[in-house]
Amino acid sequence: MRFIFKTRYDQDIGLFPHRGTVFWYSLLSVALVAAPFLIAPYYVGELSFLFIWSLAGLSLMVLAGYAGLISIGHAAFLGIGAYVHVYLIHRGVPFLPAMLSAGATAAAAGVVIGVPAIRMRGLYLAIATLAFSAIVQEVFVRWEALTGGSRGVAVPKPQFFGWSLEGEVGFYYLCLSVLVVCILAILNLLRASTGRAWIAIRDSEIAAQSMGVNLAGYKTLAFAVSAFLAGLAGALFAHKVGYLTPDIFTPILSIQLLMLVMVGGVGSIHGAIFGAIFLVLLPTVIALLRDYLPAGIAQQPALEPGIYGVILVLMVLLEPLGINGLWRKIKFFFWQFPMYKSATFKRQKTYMRTERLR
Amino acid sequence: MAEFLQLFVNGLAVGCIYGLVALGFVLIYKAGEVVNFAQGELVMLGAFVAFTFVVQFGLNYWVGLALAIVVMATFGGLLEMIVVRRIIGQPQFSTVMLTIGFGVVMRSGAAMVWGPETRSLPTPFDAATFRFGGVVLSAVYLSILATTAILGLILFGFFRFSRIGIAMQAASQNQLAAYCMGIPVKRVLSGVWALSAAVATIAGVMLAPINLIDTNLGAVGLKAFAAAVIGGFGSIPGAVLGGILIGLIDLFSGVYLPQGFKDIASYIVLLIVLVVRPQGLFGSVGRKKV
Repeated sequence: MRFIFKTRYDQDIGLFPHRGTVFWYSLLSVALVAAPFLIAPYYVGELSFLFIWSLAGLSLMVLAGYAGLISIGHAAFLGIGAYVHVYLIHRGVPFLPAMLSAGATAAAAGVVIGVPAIRMRGLYLAIATLAFSAIVQEVFVRWEALTGGSRGVAVPKPQFFGWSLEGEVGFYYLCLSVLVVCILAILNLLRASTGRAWIAIRDSEIAAQSMGVNLAGYKTLAFAVSAFLAGLAGALFAHKVGYLTPDIFTPILSIQLLMLVMVGGVGSIHGAIFGAIFLVLLPTVIALLRDYLPAGIAQQPALEPGIYGVILVLMVLLEPLGINGLWRKIKFFFWQFPMYKSATFKRQKTYMRTERLR
Repeated sequence: MAEFLQLFVNGLAVGCIYGLVALGFVLIYKAGEVVNFAQGELVMLGAFVAFTFVVQFGLNYWVGLALAIVVMATFGGLLEMIVVRRIIGQPQFSTVMLTIGFGVVMRSGAAMVWGPETRSLPTPFDAATFRFGGVVLSAVYLSILATTAILGLILFGFFRFSRIGIAMQAASQNQLAAYCMGIPVKRVLSGVWALSAAVATIAGVMLAPINLIDTNLGAVGLKAFAAAVIGGFGSIPGAVLGGILIGLIDLFSGVYLPQGFKDIASYIVLLIVLVVRPQGLFGSVGRKKV
């Protein structure tokens, strides 16, 4: 059992709670930097995919996990980022400015959808984002000058100051560095007053407002930040898939992102990463599973979304804090080793909390 | 003018279906504050079950419809009893995720059982058309209007005069008070889900001749969301009126606006309503006071 005695106020907001975490994160970063030299190129490609998913998950985690605003149309922000990025790249804009303006455009779209959010609570907002993503998807199909319509548009390889990132390895480092920078930026936001305001809004809007939190401002900011990250993820995603068509950014993608957040663990940065790992591994696991299922079920194309749905339902019912919650429970078990009480994480009995009081 | 009237009647009929679906989740929302994102999938499932009874088992249309309603009502009730009840009091995110997950499961389950191809459900009104002046009215659309009117009256009577209907109203107004008055709130909630699934089935069966049955029928859920929001999410007549409005917008935008607007016009209206008047046209959602 580890006791952390806090002797300075800075320790409350430090990035690392104690030296052990510093050690493990250093090990992780060394492993990630060295990985391309140690593993096969295929897995390097999969790892960059993992980083892109993590970035997209991080973006939704900020919105849903920290600010408590549900977005069922996050694929729209990814799509906006991807298309703007590719459009600018085709017009000869260098990589970094193109990616940043892709993020900025997505953020602007986020503000547009966030402004009505000021007056709406959770559920209305969810519906608004759903409608927004339906509209955006239709725009992708119709606005052929920008998106190439349903034929799609090819994405060139990323170019940095004249040299092109041809192989998987260069792209791997690109994704890794974007992800790390974004995670650090978000961690910084979260430990500052912005993050605390978001968490306050998530837990009780009325209480937050009574404490002087500007609801409208912070909600819009949450949307802007989240959409910005989603735009960056979309730009990287465009390079990864190499060819953009509007049917990439369907509601299925939004649901996958929500699942990532839910399965990973709502309200934690770790959760976004865990969820991304889960989402990248799941198709492989399902492919393996098909060999063991009776042929009638195994050949069904609908099997995969079905399994997604079942996992989502079971996660909500049995492990609402996701993989991250599970991980914390396991850690806690070993900390307390002989003394673990099974009642520690027992779900409290809850009653219906109405939002409709008049 | 004739074209206008024609579109108006058809839009009214389609809107009635949207209204019924919207009514389904307004019922659920009022009763338990659960937003059922799987309502569209209940419609789809209802249509498929009716298809099984009528086409695959060769039963009489009305018998098949009645059986489908019973089966789906049981399904809805069981869904509440076994699953939804367990997340009461959890944050809204959980309920949203749960119902979305259920929608996905239902859709892929339907794809596994009935296959991906589209089916059609023959109805007794298929061939007949009526002619009033220049307007050609197909019996299918008239039957939809009539069914909605009758169903509306039945539901009105049910909520106004039957004991269980009044109990449902009480439970949706204040669960604790209802509980203290001796209303079995849990069973009433299951009843609401069963009722909502039954209404969804009727909507699905009525939608079948217009839209054919396939696993994408659940998309009607999104339109119905728009309808419910416009109607004020908590008001039953509002949901039906909102549905009719969305149905009219759908048909008219398909004809009078440029291509591509048909699918999104109703969502644009939804966003405008959310910005301008978030409580909907018949709003009953107030702000919590401290």
